[in-house]
Amino acid sequence: MPAVQETVERVRRIDVDQYRYGFETLIESDKAPKGLSEDTVAFISAKKSEPAWMLEWRLEAYRRWLTMTEPKWARVNYPKIDYQDLYYYSAPKPKKQVTSLDEIDPEILKTYEKLGIPLREVEVLEGVVRKDGEDAPVERRIAVDAVFDSVSVATTFKEELKKAGVIFMPISEAIREHPELVKKYLGSVVPTSDNFFATLNSAVFSDGSFVYVPPGVRCPMELSTYFRINERNTGQFERTLIIADKGSYVSYLEGCTAPQRDENQLHAAVVELVALDDAEIKYSTVQNWYPGNSEGLGGIYNFVTKRGDCRGKNSKISWTQVETGSAITWKYPSCILRGDNSRGEFYSIAISNGFQQVDSGTKMLHLGKNTTSRIISKGIAAGRSQNTYRGLVTAHRKATGARNFTACDSLLIGDKCGAHTVPYVEAKNSSALFEHEATTSKISEDVLFYCTQRGLSQEEAVGLVVNGFVKDVLQQLPMEFAVEAQKLISISLEGSVG
Amino acid sequence: MPLLEVKDLTVRVEDNEILHGLSLTVNKGEVHAIMGPNGSGKSTLSHVIAGKPDYEVTGGEILFNGEDLLEMDPDERAAKGVFLAFQYPVEIPGVATMTFLRTALNAQRKARGESELLTPAFLKKAYEVADRLNVPRDMLKRGVNVGFSGGEKKRNEILQMALFEPSLCILDEMDSGLDIDALRVAADGVNALRSPDRAMVVITHYQRLLNYVVPDFVHVMSKGRVVKSGGKELALELEASGYTQFEDAA
Ligand SMILES: Nc1ncnc2c1ncn2[C@@H]1O[C@H](COP(=O)(O)OP(=O)(O)OP(=O)(O)O)[C@@H](O)[C@H]1O
Ligand SMILES: [Mg+2]
Repeated sequence: MPAVQETVERVRRIDVDQYRYGFETLIESDKAPKGLSEDTVAFISAKKSEPAWMLEWRLEAYRRWLTMTEPKWARVNYPKIDYQDLYYYSAPKPKKQVTSLDEIDPEILKTYEKLGIPLREVEVLEGVVRKDGEDAPVERRIAVDAVFDSVSVATTFKEELKKAGVIFMPISEAIREHPELVKKYLGSVVPTSDNFFATLNSAVFSDGSFVYVPPGVRCPMELSTYFRINERNTGQFERTLIIADKGSYVSYLEGCTAPQRDENQLHAAVVELVALDDAEIKYSTVQNWYPGNSEGLGGIYNFVTKRGDCRGKNSKISWTQVETGSAITWKYPSCILRGDNSRGEFYSIAISNGFQQVDSGTKMLHLGKNTTSRIISKGIAAGRSQNTYRGLVTAHRKATGARNFTACDSLLIGDKCGAHTVPYVEAKNSSALFEHEATTSKISEDVLFYCTQRGLSQEEAVGLVVNGFVKDVLQQLPMEFAVEAQKLISISLEGSVG
Repeated sequence: MPLLEVKDLTVRVEDNEILHGLSLTVNKGEVHAIMGPNGSGKSTLSHVIAGKPDYEVTGGEILFNGEDLLEMDPDERAAKGVFLAFQYPVEIPGVATMTFLRTALNAQRKARGESELLTPAFLKKAYEVADRLNVPRDMLKRGVNVGFSGGEKKRNEILQMALFEPSLCILDEMDSGLDIDALRVAADGVNALRSPDRAMVVITHYQRLLNYVVPDFVHVMSKGRVVKSGGKELALELEASGYTQFEDAA
């Protein structure tokens, strides 16, 4: 498998302390004052030229946040976060209005190049050179709304999406240009009062993506956003809202990586998905935030609230995630299965190595009749990491015929790590049918010996076995992400054997 | 120079000494059969030659083309041409056999400084070998040994051997679990690989296999030692009289 080999070679060239993506771009930034107060919230809102109603919304969240306490139930340990010691906003200085990628700061483009994200290539291959009237290339096409630090700096494919009636823009822009949609849906899945981190996000979110797919429209391309933390001590509070109107379909890809730094960084994103009647949303993530160094120092704290609302009948929301990074991951992409016959899916690969701590899983809340859900979770723990799957499946009294299938597999590499499974199941009606399977296994010495006897190095052998273990989930990812994810998986397990 | 020289080898596993000073010399072009009762240490010997980590070599040496094999990692040994067809091949779920074969072959080639085989060339070679050994092509799409019958697993081992073209083939009970027809096909596969540059060490309990793969030498192992060596007629003798005559010698 060339991909694995290439990865293993790449892995040999880097060690944990030379995190491949650990560099910083020298861009003058424009920061909010340190600490959190009504002034900080107002500063952010002003920076975004927001209307008064949005500022009010943020302030309300902020005031509520002051009354809340940080949740402690997850199986993660970290030093107390001083919320007054963080910056809550930073942005590269806007140069001027850009109409093409050429006008974007070359520093930024270089950053993407180092990350291996072919933004320029995408633009050249798929955007600018194509003349009017020419057929679109047959390969899958990706639109990139690149979020650099906190502000979106480049948006491609805008025109084509516009033709289809799809709105895809930074949420800061949507607040100004589509206030009726934002007012109607923002906070309708994850209310401002939802949880400590989501409430914090509601007060200070800087930017993120907004997608609206009109009735009956199949979004003509995969939507993809790359996020990047670039300022020292800057929390990243990204906010994404995706609405699939009746009978529409959209596939959204999100991937990120962050530069190395010494201090821990707080990342508290909120993603809300709304699927109306007969609509489908597929949301995929490859997460590779800086996990900390070989001593367990540094690394991103990733406290994410992701939730989808299958609001209409026959709607479907599918989450696929590949989580390899972050020092701490606290993340439970969930589905509220409100519409009758709606369906929720969660496919997850969560890998922890070194001193990483992962507490991740999903919630499937069955409210409508004949709702179905499927959970496939693959946890891989190596080094001294702790990896917890936490899941909740419930059926409401009225959710007759609800069905869930959960398969939760953990793989341990070495004997200093831990894998834990915490499934909660609650059926309030007798017709609900929930199935749960769980396995925990170790990478067996016999399997490793078999592979090495055939010529694979220990590292290649582990990569191969792990890629086999996660295959069911990798298959859920769009092709281009599957390849990238496969590489990430091997990279993140570097040094886990031998 | 012999291809393989095992000299006075002693091996321990978890405080038990299992091989107590075993010697064996194998030259290129030869086929050696090793026979012996259950637990006499046949698989242990094959594992130590291939480099399985759990064993502690407390004495003696193993030379391969004059080089110290015990200094090498298992993958280095594989790249140098040591192949072990396992008595109990493992399953690797989710990894297609074809992917596994290609990854392994290219890892070996790379270690030897040869160029990687590109997919079309590899596929051609793999299908050619599979067809020759009566291995259905569909089997190559399935996970490595996952859900394979005992006989299919064994055939998959022979297939890998034919594909990698190693210079030393150790076959640990390749005949167990094979039906008569499969045994003949597998034996034909092994015989096709016999060459002046290659040697085979065939571990078996049954004379029957040796009718198909005719050995130049037969060794009898008992309690961690080679207690008797001879020509192919030794196997017939064993078949008639069993191992008891050697128990005392050990
Ligand atoms: N990991 C281990 N721990 C303890 N004892 C072991 C271990 N591996 C092998 N042994 C012991 O070493 C002895 C030799 O085993 P080995 O598998 O080499 O025998 P064998 O000749 O291949 O037998 P068979 O014909 O049944 O395959 C046996 O007594 C076995 O129990
Ligand atoms: Mg044996």
